[in-house]
Amino acid sequence: MKILVPVKRVVDANVKVRPRADETGVDLANLKMAMNPFDEIAVEEAVRLKEKGVATEIVVVSCGSPASQETLRTALSVGADRAILVDCGDTELQPLAVAKLLKAVCAAEQPQLVIAGKQAIDDDANQVGQMLAALQGWSQATFASRVEIAGNSAKVTREVDGGLEILEVPLPAVVTADLRLNEPRYAKLPDVMKAKKKPLDTRTPADLGVDITPRLKTLKVSEPPRRQGGGKVADVADLVNKLKNEAKVI
Amino acid sequence: MSTYAAPLKDMRFLMSEIAGLKEILNLPAFAEIDADTVDSILDEAAKFATEQIDPINVIGDRQNSPKWDNGVVTVSPEYKSVYKQFCENGWHAMPGDPKYGGQGLPNLVNFAVNEMWRSASIAFALCPMLTMGAVHSIEHHASDEIKQKYLPKMVDGTWGGTMNLTEPQAGSDLTAIRTKAVPDPSGDGTYRITGTKIFITWGEHDMAENIIHLVLARLPDSDPGLKGISLFVVPKFLVNDDGSLGERNDLICSAIEHKLGIKGSVTSVMSYGDKVGAKGWLVGKAGGGVAYMFTMMNHARIHVGLEGISVAERAYQHALTYARERIQGAIIGDEESKKTPKPILFHPDVRRLLMDMKARVEALRAIGYFAAGNMDLAKFSNDPAVQKKAQAYVELLTPVVKGWSTDSAVEITSEGIQVHGGTGFIEETGAAQYMRDSRITSIYEGTTAIQANDYIGRKTAREVNKETGEVGFTARALYKDIAAFADDLAKDAKLGDIGRSLQEGARALIDATEWAIKTYGPEPQVASAGSVPYLKLGGIVIGGWLMAKSAKIAQQKIDAGEADGYYKGKIATTRYYAKHWLVQADAVAREIMEGGPSVLGLDEPLF
Repeated sequence: MKILVPVKRVVDANVKVRPRADETGVDLANLKMAMNPFDEIAVEEAVRLKEKGVATEIVVVSCGSPASQETLRTALSVGADRAILVDCGDTELQPLAVAKLLKAVCAAEQPQLVIAGKQAIDDDANQVGQMLAALQGWSQATFASRVEIAGNSAKVTREVDGGLEILEVPLPAVVTADLRLNEPRYAKLPDVMKAKKKPLDTRTPADLGVDITPRLKTLKVSEPPRRQGGGKVADVADLVNKLKNEAKVI
Repeated sequence: MSTYAAPLKDMRFLMSEIAGLKEILNLPAFAEIDADTVDSILDEAAKFATEQIDPINVIGDRQNSPKWDNGVVTVSPEYKSVYKQFCENGWHAMPGDPKYGGQGLPNLVNFAVNEMWRSASIAFALCPMLTMGAVHSIEHHASDEIKQKYLPKMVDGTWGGTMNLTEPQAGSDLTAIRTKAVPDPSGDGTYRITGTKIFITWGEHDMAENIIHLVLARLPDSDPGLKGISLFVVPKFLVNDDGSLGERNDLICSAIEHKLGIKGSVTSVMSYGDKVGAKGWLVGKAGGGVAYMFTMMNHARIHVGLEGISVAERAYQHALTYARERIQGAIIGDEESKKTPKPILFHPDVRRLLMDMKARVEALRAIGYFAAGNMDLAKFSNDPAVQKKAQAYVELLTPVVKGWSTDSAVEITSEGIQVHGGTGFIEETGAAQYMRDSRITSIYEGTTAIQANDYIGRKTAREVNKETGEVGFTARALYKDIAAFADDLAKDAKLGDIGRSLQEGARALIDATEWAIKTYGPEPQVASAGSVPYLKLGGIVIGGWLMAKSAKIAQQKIDAGEADGYYKGKIATTRYYAKHWLVQADAVAREIMEGGPSVLGLDEPLF
């Protein structure tokens, strides 16, 4: 079974970001970048399926600037077999464009399973996996905390508000990884050194016949309003009065 | 509490711009390794240091330090599991020779990665450091049989390694060593070792399956001086021919020390041969022991210097985190801060402390990385002239990296506590550990005085060019280069002030060097009394030179349109260093040249 894992290069989870002065977006210049943490979990799950003998090949794919190669190398160093970079230059990528690019990659690669991170920590869109499943006409099982493959189907435990939901989906399917699916491993040094020798192919959106022109326009990105200092109320009557007349919440 | 983040930008900048990474990677020895791979290695190591090693530093220090019970030493489960993963993930083997499972990376890359391990925890990182020290000694001097038997498992960390030099009466002076080795009566070519060794780092523990001790001991009827000392391999468990572990050797850890710092590491008293004599195998030739130890001494000393750099960096990060969080008092000259309180980072003196820590750490790192890069050129360059010059730099800079980085680390970590105020004095804050951990670094592997004596003597006043007869030629040539660079930079429109400070520093160092060369022979005590200040002066000026070089490159990058704030920061940090440290050079030079007699001026009974 071939597994395809899309991975995204995002700002490192430990970095505090700030909006650009002109409020057109987040200032990412010279910040530490890393693989989206949910994608790390997706890669780890694919590697575990390969170690169990369920998967035979793991292909990682990243859509973004050429710098995304670093992210692909990271995935190769923990066990992915080969990588595809869809070089989109500096064009802003929106979820639908990524889903279409992945659909085109799926057409060429014919994976039986796509494991994606449930969302990227930069824009928190939580859309690509679902859109890809819809475009492909495949089943989807999102927010997975456990994945078992049996024959031509996958049994996926999902984390939902009320508890756990267990789904069985026919393959091929899209599964998106939640936080508790597994704990990603650290790359071993010899594998880091070998990652460079694993194949990494580059495609462009034009090669794949996909128009990635943004369809949504970002109007403004700004800091959340600063918290105003609180005040003391004299008594309960004063509190009720303020809630009623100033805050207008009761 | 703070979390360690490897200063990857400064590391990468220094590696590529100051230490010659590109030139090194172009050498045939490193044909397989490219810059991208080095980048990935640094990223992965940084992750491991931050997420795995940094959190156990406090466990080893204050929560669950190693315990001794009747010769058996147990470490915390966290230390054990991180050690296991460290080995399994190939980090232990990284600096080893590929023949024995290592990666064959440039020393410069190992150096940067080692900085991360040590910033995260000196105590933990000492274990692999000592093992790899023992590996180097065996690799260079032991028979093939010994190498094959021990090296693969030592390189991958399955077995530990130790260096047994010190005895209660033999500290800095190894001639006093009394541990005895006698040929085994069976005539099988092995020896029986008896004696007591102290201060044996990681001499006993339960992280590795076996521990291979390298022990200095005297053979019967040997020369009473250094030439009578031989080196022996003495394993904790004897190793069978098939590599499996055999019976326990006659050696025991009879106690562990209670220390000021590096409490997560084990410092053992080792007793050899309480019953029949511990079985040992001679390394190399009889009488070669001290020489064999010294071939790796440069390496070990530079690595202890790196410990100083690493712990100072960690203390800086810890202090910076606190200074950004702690709010206390209005900021002088800032009316706004009375209404909207700002963190203490905005108090000018907290700024000064943090700038001082940052600038000194960066200057020390620059010297360390420069030396580490030269170690690669000295070993692997295919140009004999480059090799020779690089080796001369390594020799000259080793005592500076060791002595100056560690002395500075003690001060920098103390500044870290000062940033915290009263809470810094409380152990739970974590700032104190870095100062306690730093304290050993200016003592072991040769105290600062020993480094200073080496720097002023063997590396300067006693260094003679065999062809020209010139004394101190490496130092003189380097300081002349620094002066020429300073003259050039003094004319720079943007960085001229830094250049002028460096000019003054270089002049002071050149004057003091000429004085040292002149004084060392006729007045050895006066020269020796000035040796530690001389080491300080060398450190200040060489660090200033590399900072100024960095600032110049940073300015070029800015002029070429690179917007990374790191470059602006490098220039500001260098300017601080110039105004606060290079200006001290003159005074230190006078201390060296005029202060010696006053050191010796008080008659002994008057103390």
